[in-house]
Amino acid sequence: MNRFDYVRPATFAEAIAAASEPGAAYLAGGTNLLDLMKGGIVRPGRLVDVSRLPGLGAIEWLADGGVRIGALVRNSDLAHDSEFARRFPAVAEALLSGASAQLRNMATVGGNLLQRTRCAHFYDVAGACNKRAPGAGCEARGGEARNAAVLGWSEHCIATHPSDFCVALVALDAVVEIAGQGGEYQVPLEDFHRLPGETPGQESVLEPGELIIAVRLPAQAASFSRHARYLKIRDRTSFAFAVASAAAALRIEQGAIAAARIALGGVAPKPWRARLAERALIGVGPDRTHFDRAAEAALADARPSGDNAFKIELARRIVARALALAAAGTPARLPALPGSPFSPVAGVLHV
Amino acid sequence: MTEPSASPRPIRVSVNGVDHERTVEPRLLLSDFLRHDLGLTGTHVGCEHGVCGACTVAFDDQPVRSCLMFAVQADGHRIGTIEGMADGETLHPLQMAFWELSGLQCGFCTPGFLITARDFLARNPDPSEQEVREALSGNLCRCTGYQSIVAAVLEAARRLRQAPLAGLGKS
Repeated sequence: MNRFDYVRPATFAEAIAAASEPGAAYLAGGTNLLDLMKGGIVRPGRLVDVSRLPGLGAIEWLADGGVRIGALVRNSDLAHDSEFARRFPAVAEALLSGASAQLRNMATVGGNLLQRTRCAHFYDVAGACNKRAPGAGCEARGGEARNAAVLGWSEHCIATHPSDFCVALVALDAVVEIAGQGGEYQVPLEDFHRLPGETPGQESVLEPGELIIAVRLPAQAASFSRHARYLKIRDRTSFAFAVASAAAALRIEQGAIAAARIALGGVAPKPWRARLAERALIGVGPDRTHFDRAAEAALADARPSGDNAFKIELARRIVARALALAAAGTPARLPALPGSPFSPVAGVLHV
Repeated sequence: MTEPSASPRPIRVSVNGVDHERTVEPRLLLSDFLRHDLGLTGTHVGCEHGVCGACTVAFDDQPVRSCLMFAVQADGHRIGTIEGMADGETLHPLQMAFWELSGLQCGFCTPGFLITARDFLARNPDPSEQEVREALSGNLCRCTGYQSIVAAVLEAARRLRQAPLAGLGKS
C-alpha cells in the first residue's frame, strides 16, 4: 500500500480544508477504501480521518416525524435501532441484506453512499477502465456482464452501484446533507449520484473536500411502514452483492394503492428510482396483474450492456415479487435471511 | 489539528483489557499491529480484503475485520482478540463446544468464527439454525463444511442459556 499523510481533524472546517487538497480522501469506516488502497486501485496521498468528528454519529428524530441519520452512524447500529426498523423496515432489511456482520459494524452511512463499484475491471489495474483512468477505455464492454448495468449505462462505463441501503433510501425520498467550503446544502439522494455519460469517474455531485454529514428520510417515508420490503437476488444466499434487487413500498387504503415507492439495485450505475412504475400503481388494486404492469414500466428503458439480457427479465420479476411481498405486509420480525427470496416468510409468492 | 504526516504516530489501544502504547506508521493494518507489534498471532490473516473473516476481532465489543482497519483507527478504543476469550485455563463455552463437536479441523478460521459467534450469542441467546448460518456468513471455513460449526454454536447457546457467563461478549 502507498504511504499517505494521515490527518485527524477536530472540526468540519479543518476536515474540509484538509480534504480539499488534490489527492486527499476521507476515511470513515474504511471498509471499501482500505480494500481499494490494498489493490492500488486508489492511491490517496492523504487520508482525512473524520471518524472522530463530533455530531455525526446520532439518529435524530425530527419534530415532523422524519429522521436525520448522522453520516458516521454504523450500518448495524441503524439497522438494529428498533424505532428506525419499525418506521422504515425496508431500509433496515436492505441494510441487513448487505455485506457481513463484521463489515456492517464498521461501515458508515456516508461511506455506503460513496462506495465504489464492484465491476471486476475497475479492480483490475492491469486492464482498461474509464472510471479508474479516464479515457483508458472500458474492458467490461463486450465481456461477461452478469454484474453490469442494463439501465443508465453508457458506452464509456457499464458498472453498477453496489449499495443495497441506497436502493431503499432512494425509494423513500432520502435527502443528503453536505458540508463544503461554501457552507452546507442538501440534495435528494436520487440526484446525488451521476450517470456515467462520458465521465464515469465523476460518480456524485460532491466537489473536492465536500463531506456528507447526514441522510434524512421525510416523515412521509414512514407512512409505508406496513407494506415495505427489500428483495435481493444474489449468487450466494448471504454476503454477496445484488445481481438485481428492488425496494417496494405501498400505502394501501380501502383495498386500493394510494401511493407506491419502487427502486432497483444491481442494474444501474446509481440506485434507480422507478417513478413510472410507481404511477402505474396509483388507484389500482394490489394484485399480480398490476404488479406485472408496474414491473414492465420499471424496465421499459432497459437494454443489455453485454451478455446480460437476462437481467432485464430477472429485474422485472424481482420488482413484481417485491411488490407482492410488500402488499402481503411487512413481517413482524425481519426474516433470518433479510432480503432473500429463500426466506421462509408466510405468504411468499414464487417468481 | 495535527500536521499531516506519513511519519509514525503514537497510539494507545486496549487489547483484551491491557493498555498498549506504540508508535505506528499510519498505513499499518490493525491485523498486522496485533500480530507483529503485540505478538498476538491468534488473529489470523487470510484473504486480506475483508471476505474470509479469519482476522475478525472485537472493536469496542463489536466484531470487525482487522485487515480492513488501520491501527491508528483503533487509537483510544478497546480490541478483543481470541487470546482474551478463555478465562485463564477455563475455555469459553463456545471454545468448549467447538472442541467437543469438532467445530474446527485445521483451525485457521476458528478465531474469527469464535469472536463473531460470541457477539452474536450475546445479542441473540436463543437463535434458530438459519439465524446462526446468517450470522456466520461473513466467515469462511474450507474444512468442516460448516455443519459442525453451526452445531457447536447452537450447543454453546444452549449451555450459555443454562449458565450465563458474567461479561459475555465483552473485550
